[in-house]
Amino acid sequence: MNTDTNEVHLTMPTDEPAPDELVIAGTVFGSRLVMGTGGATNLAILERALRTSGTELTTVAMRRMDATGGTGVLDLLRRLGITLLPNTAGCRTAAEAVLTARLAREALDTDWVKLEVVADDRTLLPDPIELLDAAEQLVDDGFTVLPYTNDDPVLALRLEEAGCAAVMPLGSPIGTGLGIRNPHNIELIVARAGVPVILDAGIGTASDACVAMELGCSAVLLATAVTKATDPALMAAAMRDGVRAGRAARLAGRVPQRFWAQASSPPR
Amino acid sequence: MKAIVNGEHWDLPDGSTVSDVLRRLDAPASGVAVARSGEVVPKAEWPDTPVRDGDEIEVLTAVQGG
Repeated sequence: MNTDTNEVHLTMPTDEPAPDELVIAGTVFGSRLVMGTGGATNLAILERALRTSGTELTTVAMRRMDATGGTGVLDLLRRLGITLLPNTAGCRTAAEAVLTARLAREALDTDWVKLEVVADDRTLLPDPIELLDAAEQLVDDGFTVLPYTNDDPVLALRLEEAGCAAVMPLGSPIGTGLGIRNPHNIELIVARAGVPVILDAGIGTASDACVAMELGCSAVLLATAVTKATDPALMAAAMRDGVRAGRAARLAGRVPQRFWAQASSPPR
Repeated sequence: MKAIVNGEHWDLPDGSTVSDVLRRLDAPASGVAVARSGEVVPKAEWPDTPVRDGDEIEVLTAVQGG
């Protein structure tokens, strides 16, 4: 028996896994849940959800200032010490997205951008041609680019080759809550990616977030699933735990799936 | 002088600057960015950047989203 109490203490078994940090472009995050702020009915509800989620990186949108606008969401995120990730939501062309990213950099003093260039309002699916064009321009301009992309393994590689700091494939269209419609494509993206893969859009409930992590994603980005839930803070807790469970399962290495039964008790 | 600010037609006194537009919008001291006819105007240049007749000025801030 080891009588060196310090050593005993240091080697004491623990149920807590070792720190498992998310690193994007050299920046370390303790949480693998990236939140969006869209959809919350008021800032108090948003604050409770953000606090409960444990998120350290959260998106905001850029919009025309009006008399009623204010900067409440910015004040909230700064007070909570959450890193801002401005998006280019609403942009349809590379030119619009590049200008919006530059305005966000000027307004928020960050060169990080969640690059969104969507093709139409009904699907809000990324326009791959404009997206890649915008990504190339913004990388050249010194931005840390996190593109919201289709679940297309070829496009994901092209975005990485263009210098994006992460790729963020959709599980299903924005706001649908349909979960991950093509898990194999997400696995293909993960298998070849040299940058973090962040599952973005389509998450409906905690099991979706868990599956994304089990498929090997580095993080999950969601907004509507929490902000529009009946109890946003409780759903934020569920998402936090779903992400953690899925990450742990991925690291643990699941058993292979089998067609026939295999006894787990010894034969007689 | 006429300019379009955030999609609305404005009449501005001659010699107005970007800073004058922001004052009229009651813009906060931080978290705001300005584009003049498609080009970002850095904050340090607001006081010295004139608004030209026909300019389209966009004043953006962060809101909940994404």
